[in-house]
Amino acid sequence: MKLSEKYVLSLPALIYLGIFFVLPIIIMVSISFMLSGDFGGVKPLFNYESHQLHTNLTLNNYKYVFHTYFIWQLILRTIFYSLLTTVFCLILGYPIALLISRSGDKLKNILLLLIIIPFWSCFLIRVYAWMIILGPNDAINKLVNLVRDYFGLAHINLLYTSFSVILCMVYINLPFMILPLYANLEKHNIDLLEAGQDLGASSLKIFLNITLPLSLPGILIGSVLVFIPSMGMFVIPELFGSNCTYMIGNLIKQQFLQTMNWPLGSVTAIIMTFIVVIISLFGNYLSEYLKETENVED
Amino acid sequence: MNILEIKNVSKIYNDNLILDNISLNILKGEFFTLLGPSGCGKTTLLRMIAGFTTPDSGKIFLEGKDITNLQPEERPLHTIFQTYALFPHMTVFGNIAFPLKMAKWSKEKIKIQVEELLDDVKLTKYKNRFPSELSGGQKQRVAIARSLVNRPKLLLLDEPLSALDARLREHMHMELVKLQEETGVTFVYVTHDQSEALALSSRMAVLNLGIIEQLDHPVIVYSKPKTYFVADFLGKCNILKAKIIDILDNSIVLFVGNLIEIEINVEEPNIYKKGQVGWYAIRPEKIKLRRIKNDDTMSTESDNDKYINSGTVVSYFYYGHSTLYEILLKNNAKIQVMLFNNKSEDLKFFKDNSEVYIAFNPNSGNFIEEI
Repeated sequence: MKLSEKYVLSLPALIYLGIFFVLPIIIMVSISFMLSGDFGGVKPLFNYESHQLHTNLTLNNYKYVFHTYFIWQLILRTIFYSLLTTVFCLILGYPIALLISRSGDKLKNILLLLIIIPFWSCFLIRVYAWMIILGPNDAINKLVNLVRDYFGLAHINLLYTSFSVILCMVYINLPFMILPLYANLEKHNIDLLEAGQDLGASSLKIFLNITLPLSLPGILIGSVLVFIPSMGMFVIPELFGSNCTYMIGNLIKQQFLQTMNWPLGSVTAIIMTFIVVIISLFGNYLSEYLKETENVED
Repeated sequence: MNILEIKNVSKIYNDNLILDNISLNILKGEFFTLLGPSGCGKTTLLRMIAGFTTPDSGKIFLEGKDITNLQPEERPLHTIFQTYALFPHMTVFGNIAFPLKMAKWSKEKIKIQVEELLDDVKLTKYKNRFPSELSGGQKQRVAIARSLVNRPKLLLLDEPLSALDARLREHMHMELVKLQEETGVTFVYVTHDQSEALALSSRMAVLNLGIIEQLDHPVIVYSKPKTYFVADFLGKCNILKAKIIDILDNSIVLFVGNLIEIEINVEEPNIYKKGQVGWYAIRPEKIKLRRIKNDDTMSTESDNDKYINSGTVVSYFYYGHSTLYEILLKNNAKIQVMLFNNKSEDLKFFKDNSEVYIAFNPNSGNFIEEI
């Protein structure tokens, strides 16, 4: 393929990325240096008042964010919730992925279908379903309170807690952990497991010494795929949580839609983007490192 | 002394009889080969010895101990897989150390033992490499070192050389035999490559459709095939219809191919019946060609080459070290004759359509009973 052909063919994608990715980022970065308008939006870049030209550019938005304790609290909470979600997805998803990859062809397809089917229904409907399941007058909550009664503990509400937020984030993100893990585990050569057994390893040792290290690239991809969307989550904390479980996505949404402080929202969004980019780069670096030791069978 | 005894082992898989009441003993320190076409059950038998498959009936004993129901990790024997099955995330050192780590050896002892094995297979330079950075032959040697590192009683090799090119394969043949002699470990080798089986084994078993067709020294299996299958599968062979027309004290008389009568020596003539039909099998290289009936240019002439017949050369194939001729006999049967090009004036071929005479010693072939 000639060099020019390469560019012509990638033109649609480049235009798409330019309009919907690069341009919004430029707008966002510009807004972050501007002043908030009196009735929402931003003040014009220049205005002429009392015979003087004012330039409405400022670094105060950044100063404000860096000096505000509760924003950092939100950012840390967001990272913490996303980490918890990733860890739980991994703990739950790994055995499932392993089971699917070791199943016979027929069962494998059925199980994969079961993982994928939830994607066919609307995200909000699935989330609302969990609200009903966890509701204060529903079976699960009642059962929990029954047990707590037995131990002489006070009744609790499952819904509108950090528990329900993380539970629902795990539920939504689980397939993104299972599918890459499955894709990795599926490729493992069955001979390696037999060789391990043949050379004197028990099932547990085979898992720890062979399966687990070989699945590290899958774990990495799954974790990144779960962690990054979790960082931007705002619907679940809003529906399942209280103001004690708000995440950074909620703040950004609030700044743009409710308090109408676009510059502050932009600064927060830029910081978030920055954190996510650093994490992605780190993930990339790790996967390159793993690839070096990965099997290149001829 | 028997190291491994397989007693009346059968295996049915998906209604197919894979192994049909197989019994065989493997001697301590020998290089034993299981030879057969794909689907003959040789790999199933090997996996049964390794413990990956259990027999439906029958038992397997290792040094007199029943191991039929032991898990693979509990058996003091190792397998070398066709794909080598090296752990891609471990270095050469880590791979070879794996069985010792599993057996909970101390770090120092592992280091000493692994270094010794690395030296044995000449891979010391490569000990920190990953399998993906090795050539096929090097991978093979790592697999062998890993399997021998904790001195197993038995080493099972499942077509270990099939992924290598012909030149490297020949080189590995020599290395394998040398390694086997040096370590004294009993090798059980599975292959579908007959020349490999003949070259490597001290004894070999030819398997077909789940039964052992013949088990013997390679020389006997090659020169005196016991069944039609063995004669046909192992190398090139002329297999001609034959009928016993007389039974003598130490020999039987056959009428071969409705053409000639020959007398061959047998150990127990009494097991045969007069009128019994079967085949007469003779290898192409045991037959000689002559231009005229009394031509004695063939230097390997001996008094036993009594049987002479005429035929026509139909075609020939030049292999370098030898030439294979196809001869059409008077009864329209075709036979193959292999002549070695071991003279200085090699280029004197028998050309197509030339009339030739065929001479052979009847005792260089044998009679195969029809079952």
